[in-house]
Amino acid sequence: MTIRDLIPILDAKVLCGETDLDQEVRSACGSDLMSDVLAFVKDKAILITGLTNVHVMRTAEMLDIHCVIFARGKIPPEDVLEEAREIGIVVLATEYTNYTTCGLLYEAGIRGSSLRSGA
Amino acid sequence: MQEQLLKDSYSVCAGEYQTAGDASASIKRKLKQLGIDSTILRRIAVASYEAELNLIIHSQGGELMMEMTPVQIKLISKDVGPGIADVSQALKEGFSTASEEARDLGFGAGMGLPNMKRNADSFDIQSELGVGTTIEMGFQLK
Repeated sequence: MTIRDLIPILDAKVLCGETDLDQEVRSACGSDLMSDVLAFVKDKAILITGLTNVHVMRTAEMLDIHCVIFARGKIPPEDVLEEAREIGIVVLATEYTNYTTCGLLYEAGIRGSSLRSGA
Repeated sequence: MQEQLLKDSYSVCAGEYQTAGDASASIKRKLKQLGIDSTILRRIAVASYEAELNLIIHSQGGELMMEMTPVQIKLISKDVGPGIADVSQALKEGFSTASEEARDLGFGAGMGLPNMKRNADSFDIQSELGVGTTIEMGFQLK
């Protein structure tokens, strides 16, 4: 599955990274706690979050997360999107809540990123 | 003593949340250019970012250093205080003394030190109250 395939599933808007939508997606992580994201995420994951500060993009950069989905209708400030463009992260926004977003993606076959990052 | 290929040092100020991650991003980009394996690189980046965040959230300021030899990459975090009262407690997952400010930004879940330890091949922490904390992490390249 690619990032492009997620858009109709979530009725998502592409906030940045329009040219990088064909990247593969293997697993996902849903959290507002970046500490936990840093501890649990593995490769090729996407991040679903309601936290809209710049640290979301910094955390994503460290973990090679190439797609961040902002749930429950949240739109991050411009400086956060600017950071995402600089790093090369695709950013999507959906009106669905975190829970529903995760559920829809799970139903579509995307599984959790539950392994410890050092494992 | 192995030949040193690259040495880098960044000073990290206490409370500078806005620039959190700059040092780690710079380390990651430099190592990526050198062609370090992406799995090892991600472990180094995560450990480095956790160390950098700890310096910002908990220390009175310090330094993040990276040394690379042909066989390993070493990350060293050294601060000027306040020191950790109980290191074994601080190494437990979920234990945190982070401020509300840090928690509001999505950090301070008590995963930092355990996560550094898990990602590094070797991990050493020395801390003294009133003096400071030094963490040394090693990542084997071969």
